[in-house]
Amino acid sequence: MAQSNRLAAGGRIDRSRPLTFRFNGKPYQGYDGDTLASALLANGVRVTARSFKYHRPRGIVGHGPEEPATLVELDGEDASGNRPATTVPLREGLSARSVNCWPSPEFDLGGINQLFSRFIPAGFYYKTFKWPNWHLFEPSIRKAAGLAAAPKYAPSCGYFEARHAHTDVLIAGAGPAGLLAALEAGRAGKRVFLADEGPEAGGGLLNRNLTIKGQPAMNWVADAVAELQGMANVTHLQNATVWAYREHNMLIVNQRMPEQNSLLERSWRIRAAEVVLATGATERAMVFADNDRPGIMLATSLQAYVNHWGVLPGQQVVLFTNNNSAYPVAADLAGAGALVVAILDSRVHVPDAAMKLVPDIPVHAGTVVAGVKGHKQVRAVRAVPLGGGAGAWITCDLLGHSGGWNPTVHLWSQSRSSLKFDETLAAFVPDSAAQRCRAVGAAAGNLTLDQIIEGGEDLPYAIDPLWRVEIADQKGKAFLDIQNDVTVSDVYLALREGYDNVEHVKRYTTGGMGLDQGKTGNINIIGTVAMQKGISLQDVGTTTFRSPYTPVSFGAIGGLREETVLFPYRHTPVTQWNKDNGAVMYEAGARWRRPGYFPKPGEGLQEAVNRECRAVREGVGVYDGSPLGTFELKGRDVPKFLDFLYSNVMSSLKPGDGRYGLMLSDDGLILDDGVAFRLDEHRWLISTSTGHADAVNQHMKKLLQTEFPGWQVMITTVTSQWNNATICGPRARDVMQALGTDINLSPKAFPFMSFRDGTVAGLPARVVRVSFTGELSFEVNVAPRHMATLWDKVMEAGEPFGILPVGSEASHVLRVEKGFLSLGHEVDGTVDAYDLGMGWAMSQKKPDYLGKRSVQLRRQSGHPRRALVGVLPEDPNRQIPEGAPLTPGGRREATEGLITACVWSVMNDRWVGLALLENGHARQGETAHVRLKDGVIPVRVTKPVFHDPDGKLLRS
Amino acid sequence: MMLIPCPFCGKRNESEFIFGGPVGADRPDPNAASDAEWVEYLTVVPNPLGPVQERWWHARGCGEWVTIWRDTRTHDIVRAPDGPK
Repeated sequence: MAQSNRLAAGGRIDRSRPLTFRFNGKPYQGYDGDTLASALLANGVRVTARSFKYHRPRGIVGHGPEEPATLVELDGEDASGNRPATTVPLREGLSARSVNCWPSPEFDLGGINQLFSRFIPAGFYYKTFKWPNWHLFEPSIRKAAGLAAAPKYAPSCGYFEARHAHTDVLIAGAGPAGLLAALEAGRAGKRVFLADEGPEAGGGLLNRNLTIKGQPAMNWVADAVAELQGMANVTHLQNATVWAYREHNMLIVNQRMPEQNSLLERSWRIRAAEVVLATGATERAMVFADNDRPGIMLATSLQAYVNHWGVLPGQQVVLFTNNNSAYPVAADLAGAGALVVAILDSRVHVPDAAMKLVPDIPVHAGTVVAGVKGHKQVRAVRAVPLGGGAGAWITCDLLGHSGGWNPTVHLWSQSRSSLKFDETLAAFVPDSAAQRCRAVGAAAGNLTLDQIIEGGEDLPYAIDPLWRVEIADQKGKAFLDIQNDVTVSDVYLALREGYDNVEHVKRYTTGGMGLDQGKTGNINIIGTVAMQKGISLQDVGTTTFRSPYTPVSFGAIGGLREETVLFPYRHTPVTQWNKDNGAVMYEAGARWRRPGYFPKPGEGLQEAVNRECRAVREGVGVYDGSPLGTFELKGRDVPKFLDFLYSNVMSSLKPGDGRYGLMLSDDGLILDDGVAFRLDEHRWLISTSTGHADAVNQHMKKLLQTEFPGWQVMITTVTSQWNNATICGPRARDVMQALGTDINLSPKAFPFMSFRDGTVAGLPARVVRVSFTGELSFEVNVAPRHMATLWDKVMEAGEPFGILPVGSEASHVLRVEKGFLSLGHEVDGTVDAYDLGMGWAMSQKKPDYLGKRSVQLRRQSGHPRRALVGVLPEDPNRQIPEGAPLTPGGRREATEGLITACVWSVMNDRWVGLALLENGHARQGETAHVRLKDGVIPVRVTKPVFHDPDGKLLRS
Repeated sequence: MMLIPCPFCGKRNESEFIFGGPVGADRPDPNAASDAEWVEYLTVVPNPLGPVQERWWHARGCGEWVTIWRDTRTHDIVRAPDGPK
């Protein structure tokens, strides 16, 4: 395969290592060291993309991360979308496709949009697709405006990782200024971290033919790199982009690992004492009619393709500039054998130093480009005097343009450091630093090598800004933002419609958005706004620079933190037994894995749950209650603390006794419920709901450390120090006796809401009489190392009584039958204890506790409140979905409540539910109505208890 | 990501902490405060453009609560409890 545009010699490519790759299905060849862009240009591929909105044919424009036009999607193992072709390193077998065209960029059906372009200006979508609503149109518009789709599969091998590092000096960019800074800091013995986005150090020197003290500048680069390599205190990374500058000098670096198969990318989070930004400068585009045609490229990018990659993308070149930097480009292109037809310079006076570089090339001062011939390939440009006139068509197959240079201030600006507009450079440059950082080299506005390094030789920089070409009879679209198809007229439209702040202009036109974030075009938007409003660029200002500087893969951001590594499950020692016994495992809050139900072969959820419920109500069941949050509190002031923490009185408890209580936040809402036991004079044990254990821990510690630092209360989290098997049901006592225990189990010796220490089945145990099912229950707590043994013994001892393991589904049914609360169901952040029929838990005796005043205040208002009630659907076989609304008479009106739970009650042989209903306490016996999309369900309002209303069983 | 000085552990990444909100007024005596005062205590949270006193819980560290002054304009921590530097 011929590489027709490849030069015979030169460039930093390895001609001994040819690589084969595919682009849009066709095979091509390039060399090791190429980017996809340089290889495509070497092969003479001109149309490489279609534009975002109008589907205009586009080629390659730049040579680095600034590339606005050619985005590709990589296939196979490299699968990823929206990669600028200029930043994709070529490798054997690479397969890439253009993103925004079908079937190909040469022949693209979406190109029909060009015919309608005058009907789809900026804001078109906002104005047009608003009835009935945008979401109706969004999917098809998103597809038409398509960028690449996310890859369907993760890479089959390889992983991403993150690393943290601390350093004295972090240097972003390994161009001449960055290398100098690294040498200086490295020699001074500082810890240095030098990161550069390219595969090779050198920055702009890679693309140019410059000298330092008479020697090729790249020799100096090689020496500097070698010296840095010899310093143990210097970490030098290439292919590593500093993409974010955060608070307190934390920067994030994305390192691509092209040499390794196992590690794809590494994300460095670096905390630096000092930051040096040597991020260079970015060339900006010229704005004229049809400035997006394939073959129109940034001038310095042409130079880069010649010098860096040995590619001459065309034969007959015209250069269009407003500054000096196009002149060395012309000299290099001519040196590589191109015919430079003309340099069109918008400046009336071209400096002599520039003219001297191009003695044989015609220079037309005070001339601009005001039109382009050619659709898929530039064929001629129209050169017109700045003041207007007919001008002349100049034949060419390549147009290089340079609108001047912007210091790359993205990171500087991300650090919240300020910018100022420099009139001499016609660019925004770093002003004052907000964090400990400084900009050096081109990033600081020192655009030429002689300003950066002693002995560097370079043409002095001079510019006369031209933000857009204004020739009255110019025809064709003049693009400010090539990636988003934003034209000069779009910006005028935004200004006319009142979007005249630069941030509004950006959002209305989308100019400066997208993957390139307007690296080549933003300044022209600012310039256009400034000219139109008659104010200075400084007063227009820039839009906010945000991270990432260049796109970063999600994989790199996530690192190894995915799935269960990110957020691991918590297990109890019974997990394996549960799985072995066919449990369907659920997550039960706070990442605890718990059994949902234990189906027998061929059994469905409801049958299994009914069986488990019947066992508990009529025989005996057992569940693993270990995940319940448990805390031990110790100290002189615990009684005082608990009285403040809970709404009821805890301090009156005697050692060995416990009490159920509510914890409120100070705004009167229910934070959690649970039981508190007094172990002895100064030690207490409290339990919280599984999902709220961490929140309660935080709540208690905050109170103690910020409100009552003098109180003597020590909190120890003992959730995982104790495991328990909770044996529940009328036969629970029989099972306990069969297990063998030295604890007197009689109701009188060991009443409800008390605990006893002793041995159970030969294991040291603390047995607690609480009940979350409404049945006689013994919660047998043992050390985790004994839990598996205990569980086996319980199953063995319970077998004659038909003991069954109980999952969380059955637990839910059992608690609903009893009207016990569940946080997140009945307790939803609006109800208080009175609404739940638990006014008894609100102590009147205590002068103050968390939430007391707020509950009083809220209830004084007299607004109707929703209260907890039971509901029985009139049709006993009608299930009501949880969360279903209740409305007055079932009419289409504002809701008066909702169903919080609905379960099949084996004891009642029907569906029963709980609900929060307006004035519910007064409406018992009445009929309320659940309103669903497909009908109304009448329900009878009852007390919220469907089993053992007096609680005789749980006290038995 | 901020670097928060914990008086027990030294400077640590913000990701080790859980934000505990700005420090508001002291809790008034609920039996003496007027309704308006009580509501203000509950709902009015300092939100200045400048230094604000706030609490952070070193949840993934020593588990202690830390009270610092942070400048909301710059994220500079302008005052912190004494501890290892």
